[in-house]
Amino acid sequence: MSTVAISEKELDGRCPTGPIAERWDRRKRELKLVNPANKRKYTVIVVGTGLAGGSAAASLAELGYKVLSFCLQDTPRRAHSIAAQGGINAAKNYQNDGDSVWRLFYDTVKGGDYRSRESNVYRLAEASRNIIDQCVAQGVPFAREYGGSLANRSFGGAQVSRTFYCRGQTGQQLLLGAYQAMMRQVAAGGVKCFARKEMVDLVVIDGNARGIITRDLVTGKFESFAADAVLLCTGGYGNAYYLSTMAKTCNVTAAWRAHKRGALFANPCYTQIHPTCIPVSGDHQSKLTLMSESLRNDGRVWVPKKQHDHRRPGEIPEEERDYYLERRYPSYGNLAPRDISSRAAKERCDAGFGVGQSGMSVYLDFAAAIQRDGEATIRAKYGNLFHMYERITAENPYQDPMRIYPAVHYTMGGLWVDYHLQSNVPGLYVLGEANFSDHGANRLGASALMQGLADGYFVVPYTVGDHFATSKQEKVTTDHPEFRGALEASQQRVKTLLGVNGRRSVDQFHRALGKIMWDHVGMARNEAGLKEAVQQIRQLRDDFWKDVKVVGSGEAFNQNLEHAGRVADFMEFSELLATDALYRDESCGGHFREEHQTEEGECQRNDDDFCHVAAWEFKGVGAAPVLHKEPLEFEEVPLATRSYK
Amino acid sequence: MSASSSTDLNLTLKIWRQPSAAAAGQFKTYELRGVSPDVSFLEMLDQLNEQLIAKGEEPVAFDHDCREGICGTCGVMINGQAHGPDNETTTCQLHMRRFQNGDLIVIEPWRANAFPVVRDLVVNRSAFDRIIQAGGYVSVNTGGAPDGNAIPVPRHQQEAAMDAAACIGCGACVASCKNASAMLFVSAKVSQMANLPQGLAERSQRVLGMVAQMDKEGFGGCSVTEECEAACPAGIKLTNIALMNREYMRAALTATE
Repeated sequence: MSTVAISEKELDGRCPTGPIAERWDRRKRELKLVNPANKRKYTVIVVGTGLAGGSAAASLAELGYKVLSFCLQDTPRRAHSIAAQGGINAAKNYQNDGDSVWRLFYDTVKGGDYRSRESNVYRLAEASRNIIDQCVAQGVPFAREYGGSLANRSFGGAQVSRTFYCRGQTGQQLLLGAYQAMMRQVAAGGVKCFARKEMVDLVVIDGNARGIITRDLVTGKFESFAADAVLLCTGGYGNAYYLSTMAKTCNVTAAWRAHKRGALFANPCYTQIHPTCIPVSGDHQSKLTLMSESLRNDGRVWVPKKQHDHRRPGEIPEEERDYYLERRYPSYGNLAPRDISSRAAKERCDAGFGVGQSGMSVYLDFAAAIQRDGEATIRAKYGNLFHMYERITAENPYQDPMRIYPAVHYTMGGLWVDYHLQSNVPGLYVLGEANFSDHGANRLGASALMQGLADGYFVVPYTVGDHFATSKQEKVTTDHPEFRGALEASQQRVKTLLGVNGRRSVDQFHRALGKIMWDHVGMARNEAGLKEAVQQIRQLRDDFWKDVKVVGSGEAFNQNLEHAGRVADFMEFSELLATDALYRDESCGGHFREEHQTEEGECQRNDDDFCHVAAWEFKGVGAAPVLHKEPLEFEEVPLATRSYK
Repeated sequence: MSASSSTDLNLTLKIWRQPSAAAAGQFKTYELRGVSPDVSFLEMLDQLNEQLIAKGEEPVAFDHDCREGICGTCGVMINGQAHGPDNETTTCQLHMRRFQNGDLIVIEPWRANAFPVVRDLVVNRSAFDRIIQAGGYVSVNTGGAPDGNAIPVPRHQQEAAMDAAACIGCGACVASCKNASAMLFVSAKVSQMANLPQGLAERSQRVLGMVAQMDKEGFGGCSVTEECEAACPAGIKLTNIALMNREYMRAALTATE
């Protein structure tokens, strides 16, 4: 293990104590309130308009706060939550199959390989039920049974059917629900919406988050916005790997800027590699596309039993196929959790059993389901996904099995927050994928939508009020020297980027960074590789600032410049990700250190040394960050080896 | 596959370049060689942009984000067709195997008064947000919603609502319409809500408000040429417009709110 500077003081997550089922109710009783007439005196900045940001902006405005909402897309309806396909979990037990709040809580803690906070997860499971009710009331067209009641499907890591869905576009429908709620508040005057404005810095005054600096992506103009609290709902950092299932503009900039202003970054090494994505096919590929986990309800994953078997799938008889998930994990089968399914695919491909031209893919086969239920039924369930697969690959998945391979999909790490979703910088709240709190080292399928909406609809509206009621801050304006200083620094940064005038494009640097990350900080990691990655990232970062070529002007719509700013932040952030992976000398969930595995290739945790959150404090670019630990306690779900066999 | 292969395409691209909303625009022609038929249309533009950057020229601005056909950010006119030649396919999901070696491809932004050009192929579609603000929602605050199963929705109604709700808000319907009408977009939201019990309480003010805003934004009327349906990447049907007309008539004649 490398030596790191460790803070003496343990981080306090401000979790309530006592029986877990009563904790959130009790905390809500303790939280101070702001009276309705006073709410309009408080301004809240919400950065990002995905599920977390959209739901928070709408809910806070409904309460009477003044909300300023920012997004870098052309409208608040585009954030990448929209691409979530399969569904959203909720402990409704409509299926009468034994589900409960406790079981969803248990599945999530276990699914996260015992690296999440019990109190947060329990609250999440409780809120899941309200989310479904809220979304139904908004007119979200969830799938229904013929009698008109809500339908469910199954997702990985669970033995109950608790996933609610809107065909293959659940994220879209939930996001539009939140967006419409927010548009209603725009019309009512509670939300002011700023599209195509990117947050480029956080302004901290007397230790409190008091505003942001933005760059207008159309005019290039920098502006300051002051507020009483800032909510970052800015998503995950998977694009550090260049190729991922994330949208092209997903970035770490807002979170990283906050980190550089003092917010701790927790568990950045927890990245989720999703098992069912369309495989990489060539050098020009700009992103990878997910094939929803819901497909594993009906699809069976297999490879040939013989290595380097180049026969067409249809020519390989049943007895010569290895349904390796069903073989290794008989109780969960094809619905084993994502981290486990991904590693199992990698293991088969590395051992020479992979299929396709590159040998780096496995089959996801619907033949049995089509034979059992008929093609029409399968088409009704997954038609849009099959169509998307065919458009991208020019192969017909009704005839031949899909070919899939794992890809970077979600990031469980993020800015450290306490139980109130407040970072260590008072007044700075972090919601959804941008925080670290609820999924531990591996997120279960259909839980991202749940968390984003729980945070925005049902947690932060309570906790932000407590901050206002208890902190009694003076009002600030954007004339404050901290705003002016941050604005000038942001302007200077753009000038520097444009002034390098080197030879390599931003995209070339981004791809080079992605390759380092995938090769050394991907699905399997080891000490030597991680140390190598840190060195390579530093070198690449130096090269970037000497040799990047950014064309065009800073005072205009300039996508090349936008990309450059984001890649520059990834260059700094990726070093922290690799450092965290090096520090965490154990395997857990999506973080697989080759040194720590069982004989069967499963994760081997080290609870004695690593049953804690690793939250990092920024000390300068290239300088060693300081580690703050938050110990994790498991009272309700005792620590155990995770098994899906 | 960086080495060029025999299946690679050599293309002539005629692309609309316009530095800003205020500036005049013009077509510029580019030769692009060695395009793999397996790349997407946007990846082809990425390839062009890398070449332009290498020469120190400004890359072509185009909107895009998810690149999986769901976010609705991308969209350009490709040889006069919104999102190009494939049915129910966004620009990002269109692949170059659809084109032939030697093709001339004309690429333009959405053209409509209500969608002013921002730069090159990028337009401002905020008019759609303002239409939604005029009633494209159910007025329900967070908290206190009844149990999800307390509002049963017959399956055929839910399916009809979902068909309409699938709209991705890309604006292809407007761009493909000779009147630059937004009727397909507006009717999709009206239809989603009219098909659900949750939407009925506000059905009159919704359709009246959204249509009034649509007119105010400068979108044209519908003359039933059906181009919008043909261009729509999300499969939104023209029947939604008929439904909206009925809803509008009903509201105009009977609304008491």
